[in-house]
Formats: sequence, C-alpha cells, structure tokens
Amino acid sequence: MAKVEQEHELFTAGHRACGGCGPALAARLLLKATGKNVIIAASTGCMEVFSTPYPETAWGVPWIHSLFENVAAVASGIEASLKKQGRSEKVVCIAGDGATFDIGVLCISGAFERGHDITYVCYDNEAYMNTGIQRSGATPYGASTTTTPTGACAPGGNPLPKKDMPAILAAHGAPYVATASIAYPNDFVKKVRRAINTPGPCYIQVHTPCCTGWGFESGETLAMAKLAIETGLWVNYEMVNGVVEKAKKVRRKPVEEYLSRQKRFRHLFRPARQDDEIAKIQAIADANAERFGIDIKVKEPAE
Amino acid sequence: MMEIMEGSHAVAEIVKRCRPQVISAYPITPQTHIVEALAQMVADCELDAEYITVESEFSALSACLGASAAGSRVYSATTSQGLALMFEVCFNVAGMRQPIVMTIANRSLGAPLSIWNDQQDSISLRDSGWLQFYAEDNQEIADLHMIAYRVCEDHDVLLPAFVCFDGFILSHTYEPVDLPSQEEVDAYLPAFTPYHRLDAEAPLSMGMYATPEYYMEFRYEVDRAMHRAKETFIRAGREFGEQFGRDYSAFVEGYRLDDADVALVAMGSICGTAKDAIDEMRDAGKKVGLLKIRTFRPFPGPEIAEALKSVSTVAVLDKNISFGSGGAVGTEVKAALYGSGAAVYDYIIALGGRDVRKRDIAAVVDLAEKGKGDLFYGLRTEVL
Repeated sequence: MAKVEQEHELFTAGHRACGGCGPALAARLLLKATGKNVIIAASTGCMEVFSTPYPETAWGVPWIHSLFENVAAVASGIEASLKKQGRSEKVVCIAGDGATFDIGVLCISGAFERGHDITYVCYDNEAYMNTGIQRSGATPYGASTTTTPTGACAPGGNPLPKKDMPAILAAHGAPYVATASIAYPNDFVKKVRRAINTPGPCYIQVHTPCCTGWGFESGETLAMAKLAIETGLWVNYEMVNGVVEKAKKVRRKPVEEYLSRQKRFRHLFRPARQDDEIAKIQAIADANAERFGIDIKVKEPAE
Repeated sequence: MMEIMEGSHAVAEIVKRCRPQVISAYPITPQTHIVEALAQMVADCELDAEYITVESEFSALSACLGASAAGSRVYSATTSQGLALMFEVCFNVAGMRQPIVMTIANRSLGAPLSIWNDQQDSISLRDSGWLQFYAEDNQEIADLHMIAYRVCEDHDVLLPAFVCFDGFILSHTYEPVDLPSQEEVDAYLPAFTPYHRLDAEAPLSMGMYATPEYYMEFRYEVDRAMHRAKETFIRAGREFGEQFGRDYSAFVEGYRLDDADVALVAMGSICGTAKDAIDEMRDAGKKVGLLKIRTFRPFPGPEIAEALKSVSTVAVLDKNISFGSGGAVGTEVKAALYGSGAAVYDYIIALGGRDVRKRDIAAVVDLAEKGKGDLFYGLRTEVL
C-alpha cells in the first residue's frame, strides 16, 4: 500500500462519489497501476456519473464513455485505431457489474473472442447501484435489493446465485483472468499491471463494496471487502490460460460475520433468524473454498 | 474510368479510395456485397485498414465510435434490422460529434420480416443527428460517399452521415459507374484530421454526463452543426463538380419542373422511374415534373418551397410510414409548403419491395389531379 500511495494521483479528488465508495478507490488504484500511457473506456454507471459531471472530470488520462452496454466494443475500436496508427497506449475498460454481467455480455463476448489487446476491469459492487440498488447477475444469493426485496412470499431476498463471469471469459480463451479486492490494493495493482502487459483480452473483477447499497457505515468499506475474503464469499485468484494458478488462502470465518454487518442481509437475522438461508450461504463459501483450495490447513503457514 | 459494376461494388471501390483506417461491420442482406468486397480488398493488400468482424451491428457502430474517437477515419455499412439495433449508438455518435460515414442499403423493417427495399430504416432515424443523403443511381451513391466524408469531417460540421441507396434495386444492380482514380480521390478528400482525439499526450474526457444546466446546449450545438452542414455540402458538392464534372451542390434537383402544374417529390431510385414516367406523361400533354430530394437531413425546406413555388399540386412518394400520421417526407414537404397554396398529397408506396412501374407513377399523378391523396397506393384490397 505504501508503495502505491507514493505514486502520482491520476484519478483526482473532488469527484462526487459517496464517502467510503469502494469503486472510487478502485478507480484511483487502477490509474496508479496503468500510469499515464493509457486510454480508459467507461460504461455508464455510478463511476462514470460521479467522476465526469460536465464540465468537470476526475480523470487525468484520456477517457471516453459512450453507452451502458458497449464499452468492450468501443475499446475494440480504440485498440484497432491505435494499432493502425502505431501508437502505444494501453486500452482499459472500466465497467460496473450490471454493465459487465448483464447488459454488456454481447459486446464483451465479441471483444474477447476477437482477441483485442484490451484489459477489462469490472468493479463489482454486486447490484445496479446507480439506479438505486437493483439486482444484477452479480448480486449474491440472499441479498436484498430493491428488485429482490424481502416480503412474506420472499423471505430470503435474491433467490439466484452470482454468475461466474471470470469462468465465462476464461472460456473465451482470455490469457489472463483475475479477481481482486480493494482490501488488497497492492495485489489489485499488480494484477492490473500483469493484465495490461499480457497481449490479448484480459479480465479483472475487483470487489468494491458499496456502503450505500449494502448498508454499512462508510468507514467500514475496506473491512467489509476483507471480510468477504476471510469468509470465502469472495476469492482472489488468477487464471492463466484458463487454469487457476493462485488463490489467496485464508483462515476462514463463518459467513455470518460478513452477513450480519450489512443491511442487505439483515432479513436473515431479524425479525427471526433464518438458519436455513444462512446455511445455504455458508455452503456457497464452502464450495468456493473447495473449488479454489483456499483453506489454510493446520500447521500450514499463511501466505 | 467508366465500368459496368454492381452498386455494392461501386460503393466498396469508392470507400477503398476514401482510405478508411478502421472498418467495422456486421453482415446483413442487402448490405453484404459491400462488406465482403471490402474484406477481400483488405485480404488482397489493396486496402490498408483494420477490419473488425464484430458480433453485431450494435458493436459495429460502437467500435467505429471508439476508433473515430481515437483519431481514425472509419467506415461501416448496414440496413434495416441492423440499423435498428444501432439505434442507441446512432444518437450517441452524433451527440459525441464523430464524423462516421455509414452506407445504408435501404430495406424495410419487420414485422413481418422482409429483406426488400423501402426507406423505413434510415428515415426512422431522422432525429438522431446523422446527415442523410439519398442516391438515385449507382454513380450518385459512389460520388456521395466522397462528399459525405468531406462534409462530415469538416470542423464546422463534425457529424456522422448515412449515405443511402435502395437495397437490391441499386445495391444488386449493374450500372455504368465512372470511378475516379486513387489520386483523384486523394486530391478531393484530404487525410482525416480529427478535431480532437483520445491521446495520452493530451488527456481529455469524452462523453461525459450533463445536468440540465448543460444538456440543452449540447443538443443545440448538434442542430447548429446540422444547419452549417448545408453550406459545407454546397461547397463540397460544387468542388466535386469542378473536379469530376458532376455537380452535387444542390439539395434538391428538379426534372421538367419549370412549367409543371403537378410535381412529384421523391428520394432514391424511384426518381429514375418517375423521370421515365414523366417523359411519357409530357408526351401525352401533361405538365408534370419531379423534385428529387438528395439530402433528407439537413432537410431542405426553403429549397423545396422555392423549387415548387409555381406548381399547384404536389404528390409526395413516401417509401416509409409513420403510423398514425403519414409518410415522413410528405409530412415535412407539407410543412415546407405551408401557406404556399399548393395542394400537397402524400402517397405511401413501394413498402417492403413492392415494385413501382411507370404506370403506377402515372396513376399517382391522376389521383393527385383528382384531389385524392394521403393514402397507401396500390394496396391489394382482396387480402385485407
């Protein structure tokens, strides 16, 4: 972190994000990783709106926004144009989970299949936050959103699992796919640098808790991101040519420690505790741990 | 050099000579021959361009937007459903002032599914901020591409353009076309100089969001640029005439209109049929003429009013329908002639590729003379 902090800020202060905004931190770290020789293509979403209210911009590098769902296609065109002109800028997409998991899949699939030399960074705050906390394909099972509210007929909130977007992009033949978290900034920066220096389309999905949408105090953003990792509900890993090479190991905590601190999961505890639902979410964490082998065994040293 | 060639190939040949640096397109009938020909030119090293084989028209135009913003001259072509899929991007491209030139091989829109010609596709995007040019024949479609790049890329304009020709009727038809050489095109169309571009040496933000304090001025600027495009088009069309001998400085062209009582108004290939029909009607003593509209956007309202100031009856042929209102061209011609005293009738004709013959044109003129109009012409009442 200290090393990252010393570098020049290309994503400047004064933007309109909420206090404690996870995505704003991701944007700042992203530009620390890329440096100046980059062109950023952004999708419509919270970050686009809070960082570029005309005539102000927080972006100290070339930046373009077109639509909600076409950022990967816009980036394809930029990359082709730079290639034709013999220019050296890296092309990086930044888009939220709604733009990435749902409405932008067509364009992303096309861009990755064609093999453009771009890096696509999805800042995953697990719902449509810009429009007021609606469910997206990235919303975790059991979370309450404004379109998956709890009620007498829906005591559990979101009934659907989170889509496995990294696997979908790895299946396109992406040479480098990684997940990251703003709780581990050096790791995120390192992954972005690896992605932009890997030829071909690379994907990074960075977990960016949203205090407004998830319902926690703005000072707890990093703590929440860290708890997601520590419970196994978010796994930081790298996939090189489709194979998981490295996943962050943890001494796992029960998911309840993560869930109970966010309003989006409050219905699991109040007015009556829903043990069955909590167990299902624990099972998701257990499956993650099994799939990525993240549990630190007894006597095995931590990373 | 004069060659007999298919309309689509004439487009591809002239686009090649316009030296686009990035081409991004998705195949759709009847546009395919254009993009196939361009792909072959790239494969044969005749055209030094990045050719992006996108997965949809939506991405085709989105990629063009990115490439244009990064400083390249770009090209695409589409029609019908493909253009409909681009709807959102079209408005965005114009609002972001990217001078993209796109050929439209005009085709009807479903449902029902139809691959045949009318002009519903591009006309439905009349409010998107794209210039719209319509060609009568394959010489004109080739020429209009050069003019379109000149007009769009002019820093007084910086708007995109649809260069339209009728699908199949022109796109798949062989006609003699006088194609200029590369050197001649280079002399007419200079290399693209972007007004600004995405560049790490000079960072800027493009496509920001605007609050009510600013949004309206952005839209006003697009409208102002559209109006400025008229002067630019006149200049580009005149210079084209000086260099190539075919003058395109007029937004509208009259045919045997000087002493006409009845004027037909039309866009695209139907003008050719109308001219032949007019010749026959003239031979039979009828004072009929034609006003061909070349630029639907910007709309040449004053020029139309001037050209039709002496006629008493106007019959507009509309290859489109705005359901519940009328044909788009007719509606705007009526507005242009408001207060002129002329009787203006609109005829919805040739939708979904229904053939129009000389006798159909004569029948429309008869209807207009009898004061019968604002109707669908040639309906098969037995299937209604």
